[in-house]
Amino acid sequence: MANSQRYTREIPRRYRLEAQKFPSGFVSLPRRYVDPISGSKEYENIKLKGTGTILTYTIIHVTSDQFKFITPYAVAIIETDEGARITAMITDTSFEDIKIGARVELVFRKIMEEGPSGIVNYGYKAKVIV
Amino acid sequence: MIGIVGYGAYVPNYRIKSSTIANQWGNDPVSIEKGLLLVEKTVPGMDEDTITISVAAAKNALKRARIDPQKIGAVYIGSESHPYAVKPSGTVLIDALGIGPHVHVADFEFACKAGSEAMYVAYSHVKSGEMDYAMGIGADTSQGAPSDALEFSASAGGSAFIFGRENVVAEVLFTHSYTTDTADFWRRDHQSYPRHGGRFTGEPAYFKHILGCGRALLEKSGMKPEDFQYAVFHMPNGRFPLKAGKELGFKQEQMNEGLIVPIMGNTYSGSSITGLTAILDVAKPGDKIFMVSFGSGAGSDGFIFQVTEKISEVQDLAPKTRDMLNNPKKVYLDYGKYVVYRRKILFNEY
Repeated sequence: MANSQRYTREIPRRYRLEAQKFPSGFVSLPRRYVDPISGSKEYENIKLKGTGTILTYTIIHVTSDQFKFITPYAVAIIETDEGARITAMITDTSFEDIKIGARVELVFRKIMEEGPSGIVNYGYKAKVIV
Repeated sequence: MIGIVGYGAYVPNYRIKSSTIANQWGNDPVSIEKGLLLVEKTVPGMDEDTITISVAAAKNALKRARIDPQKIGAVYIGSESHPYAVKPSGTVLIDALGIGPHVHVADFEFACKAGSEAMYVAYSHVKSGEMDYAMGIGADTSQGAPSDALEFSASAGGSAFIFGRENVVAEVLFTHSYTTDTADFWRRDHQSYPRHGGRFTGEPAYFKHILGCGRALLEKSGMKPEDFQYAVFHMPNGRFPLKAGKELGFKQEQMNEGLIVPIMGNTYSGSSITGLTAILDVAKPGDKIFMVSFGSGAGSDGFIFQVTEKISEVQDLAPKTRDMLNNPKKVYLDYGKYVVYRRKILFNEY
């Protein structure tokens, strides 16, 4: 999310969880040109429901400047119910509730600001369902 | 029949107690809790703002409305904390919810009544026959200066209402607006915090407009306070709405359900309308609801709703307002964390 043009292009994926489903069944978010299983370039657009399971996670203590005021925070690899594997920050969840296998819902949040005069970047974060 | 077909609220997960703020500044916590009826207030997460709160509330409204988002012809967000000075909040929301691009979008601002103002215009579009559905939203991450009286109340949250003609859960029976130029509360451009006229915010501002609008609404409708099961007013604290309601002839029992300010604080544009969602969560078919908002500057919007038999089908389709406010996982902040969450300290630019 480096500039306003790229940010605008990514809105369908980041705001609405629009993903690709390839004929092999492989589901991808973000977009890719080729199905890693079959090599096909054909796909259909699907909208993810916004629920999934934590496959693995880590707690970030040292980070880049944009995120240094929210440390420590967790980042997880999540498998959505449709099979897409996405990376997302975890929000509104105590660390004790973050576990491999925990169910999450994706919520619409502010990801970062491009300084005091740049655009605000919105997108999905994951919240553990407790 | 024209009215609300879907409603939804959202409040953040974080809280600060009035006593924490009082202890910071040497105030008497008891006078805040018992005098102003402010026990605790919501605080937005560091990744939340008026746009994310509006999106969460609107998603809940869509769950209850059970309609195709593409059928919504207008979206208005009322707030005094829009994240951008120039760039609409509503455009982010419509793209997040899959509404449009064939949709009319505007951001409204009128201090604490911008949300009811958005509802008023959304309702009018449907009533005119211009469109099938229109959405009005009020949300805020309210500002209050450190040590100012507003710091005890300024909180975060919001509500969204979809108006339509089919499957109406609360019919709009009457509306009325009452507006004058009154310099009771303001925030100039580039200023971080609002200023206000102290006691002048009471009788000449809040009470004059709430009572002026409320009395006209009763007269226009030909109804009496005892005809209503519920009444809700703008809630800058717990004392003002109870006093205004009693002056209009309402009893405390009619106001208790919507009086969420002791555990939510004042969500500015989302105040009276989030009280309305708490009422709709428990209302029964046939119940009549009296609502009057207030926005400094100053004005009031009044609505009379009658709940329909469809209400019971939708109440459980999204989180209820008091359940969110009483969430057992809510996190209490100390004053140090609070000033970081509300960006009341200066950070280095990055």
